[in-house]
Amino acid sequence: MKKETILLGHGSGGKLTRELLEEVILRHMDSSAIDAYEDQARLNIKGIKIAFTTDSHVVNPVFFKGGNIGDLAINGTVNDLVVGGAIPLYLSCGFIIEEGFPIADFEKILTSIKMAALKANVKVVTGDTKVVEKGKADKIFINTSGIGVIPEGRDFGYHRIQSGDRIIISGTIAEHGTDVLLSRGDLPFYSDIRSDTNALNSLIEHMIASGLEIHAMRDPTRGGVATTLKEFANSIGKNILIEEKLIPIKKNVRSALEILGLDPLYVACEGRAVIFVKDTDAEELLKIIKEHPDGRDAAIIGSVLNQEGTELILRTEIGGHRLMDMLPGDQLPRIC
Amino acid sequence: MKLEISEIVEGIKRLTPKRTIKIMEVCGTHTVAIARSGIRELLPKEINLVSGPGCPVCVTPQSYIDKAIWLSKQKDIIITTFGDLMRVPGSERSLALAKMEGSDIRVLYSPVQSLEIAEANPSKLIVLLAVGFETTIPTISGTLEIALRRNIKNIFIFSAHKIVPPALKVLASSKELMIDGFILPGHVSAVIGIKPYEFLAREYNKACVISGFEPLHILEGIFLILAQIHKNNFYIANQYKSTVDYEGNVKAQKSISKFFDLTDSVWRGIGNIPRSGLTLKCEYNFFDIEDKIQFPEIESREPTGCRCGDVLKGLIEPIECPLFGRLCTYENPVGACMVSSEGSCAAYYKYRKRV
Repeated sequence: MKKETILLGHGSGGKLTRELLEEVILRHMDSSAIDAYEDQARLNIKGIKIAFTTDSHVVNPVFFKGGNIGDLAINGTVNDLVVGGAIPLYLSCGFIIEEGFPIADFEKILTSIKMAALKANVKVVTGDTKVVEKGKADKIFINTSGIGVIPEGRDFGYHRIQSGDRIIISGTIAEHGTDVLLSRGDLPFYSDIRSDTNALNSLIEHMIASGLEIHAMRDPTRGGVATTLKEFANSIGKNILIEEKLIPIKKNVRSALEILGLDPLYVACEGRAVIFVKDTDAEELLKIIKEHPDGRDAAIIGSVLNQEGTELILRTEIGGHRLMDMLPGDQLPRIC
Repeated sequence: MKLEISEIVEGIKRLTPKRTIKIMEVCGTHTVAIARSGIRELLPKEINLVSGPGCPVCVTPQSYIDKAIWLSKQKDIIITTFGDLMRVPGSERSLALAKMEGSDIRVLYSPVQSLEIAEANPSKLIVLLAVGFETTIPTISGTLEIALRRNIKNIFIFSAHKIVPPALKVLASSKELMIDGFILPGHVSAVIGIKPYEFLAREYNKACVISGFEPLHILEGIFLILAQIHKNNFYIANQYKSTVDYEGNVKAQKSISKFFDLTDSVWRGIGNIPRSGLTLKCEYNFFDIEDKIQFPEIESREPTGCRCGDVLKGLIEPIECPLFGRLCTYENPVGACMVSSEGSCAAYYKYRKRV
C-alpha cells in the first residue's frame, strides 16, 4: 500500500526502507548506475576500481556507552567500503548542528572522529558545517562519504554466492542497538552493554590475506542480522538456513532484549560482518577469523540451501523452523 | 530431573489419542513463543493448538481506542500508554497517527513514569491508558498508590482492565469451540494463583496447565494436559512452579482490590462478559478520567472483513481470515491482532509461511 507521508519506519533499514527505495527513490534515478543491493557503488575510473559510499548518522543519544556519533560515523562508512573488498582511503564529514549544542560535546565527537579515522587508517579530507535553529534538528547529525580502492582480482558480492556456501558472523550480535536503546535513559535499569562500533578493515584484510574463497560480506547494521540475510536471500534467489543455537550473543544482551521484547536478530551491530564463504573453506576461515582480536567470538551460523526461493529460515533451538522477514516497521528508530 | 526436548516429544506422541485434541493457549506470550520456536512442527497432527484472547490490546474494543484518540485531541491533556496500543487502528486513525497530527502521547516502559510527567506538567491532565490483565493491573494500582502518597492530583486513568477467569468460563462452555485443554497464562497466574481456575477442571472437565514460556516448558505443559486426558482426571497442573504458587501474589491482589471493583466489560470479538472488567472504586474515582471529563457519543466501526473476533475466540486460525497477508499485514494492519506484538495474527504473519 502506498503511503502518503514518510514514517519513522522508512528509515529503519528494514522492509519499509526497501519499499521506499524501490518504489520511490529509484524511480527518479538512473538505474543503470546503481546497484541498490550493495552497500557501496563500484566505479571504474581510468582502469582503477573505486568503491564509493555515503552514510548519514542521526543516532539518539549522541553519546552512548560504547562510543558516540563521531566514531560511529567513521566506522559506518569505512565498513560499507571494506565489505566490498575496498581499501578505504578518504572520507568527507558533513555536520548539521542544532543551535545551542555545547562546543565541549562537539569537541568530544571530533576527538572520537580523529581516533576512529586513525585506527581505520583513513583520512578525513573535506567537510562541511551547517547550523540550524534550535528545535529544527536534534543536537547533531553527521554525514560521511568515503572512497576506497578495490585491489585487482577482488570481487565480492551477492552475485558470487553459491548453494552450499556457509555463513559466518564475525562476533556476538545486537550490542550496538541495545547499548543505544539503554543509553537513552528512559529504561529503569542499568547495564554495562557496550556498542560494538568498530572499523572492520583490519579483520577483513586479515581474512582476505588467507586466500580462502570468500564470496560476499556485509555489515549487519540497521535491521540486524536477520534483515541482512533476508536481503541476501532475496538477491540470490536461494533459501538461506541459519541455526538459532549457533548465533553468538552475550548473555546480558540476550536478557536485556528479552525484557524489552526485542528479537536480537533484528537489532543492529556496528562492528560485525556476515561472511559467505565456500563450504569447504569455512572451517579454515573461521579459525583465521578467531585468531584476530576483532573476531574472537565468530561462529558459523548457517548456509545457503540448494533450493530456489527467497526465504530466510531459522532452525529454532528445539528443532522447529520459522521464517524470518526483513525488519517490519520501526522497531528502533535512530540507532545510527 | 531435566528432560530433553526429544524425550518430552516422545511422551507427547505416546499419550496422543487417535482423535483431534484442541488445546488453547490463552496468553499472547505463549502464542508468540509457540510460533517463534516452531513447536507445532514437533507435535502429532492430532494436536491442534489454538490461540485464545490473552492479548490485552487485541481484546480492547475499538470504541476505547476512538475515545482515547478523542481525549488526546483535547486541550491540556497528555496521554501515557504502553507502546503496544500505539498502532492499533481505531475507526478513523491510530494513536500513532494522532501523535503525528500533534497529540501529546508518550510511550512508557513503566506506568510509574506517568507520575514524573504529571509532576513536570502541573497544569496538564495526565491520562494513563490502563489496558491489561492481572499481570499489569498491579503496576497501575501501584502507580495510584504512589500518586496518593505524593499527593499528585493531575494523574488519571482510563480503564479497560480485564481479568482472565470470566473469559475462560465463556470459552470453556462454548459448544462451538469444544476445547479439551487450556495452557493457562503464566504471568497472570503469578498474580492470581491457581484457585481462580479450579472451576475449569471441576465444572467443565478441562485439562489445564499453568506453563512457563520456554519451548521446553510449553511442551511439558502439553504433555501434562495429555496425561490428564489420558487418565480422564482433570485438575490445574502447575508446570511453572518457579513463579506460580497456589495463593498467587497476595500483596498484588490486595493492591488491585484496594482500588478496583469488578464490572461488566466488553471484549472485542467475544462481547460483554459479566464481571470481567475493573472500574475504580467510588472513593478513588478522582483518578477516573471518565468521571472528570464528559465523553461525547463516538460511533465506532469495526473494519469490514476483519475476523479478529473469531481469531480471539480460537474459532479460526489467522490464515483463515480473508484479509490475512493480503489486505492486513504487519506493516499495514487492519485488525488489532495483527498489530500487537502478542497478537495471534502478528505471530502467524511474522513466523509462518505467507499466503
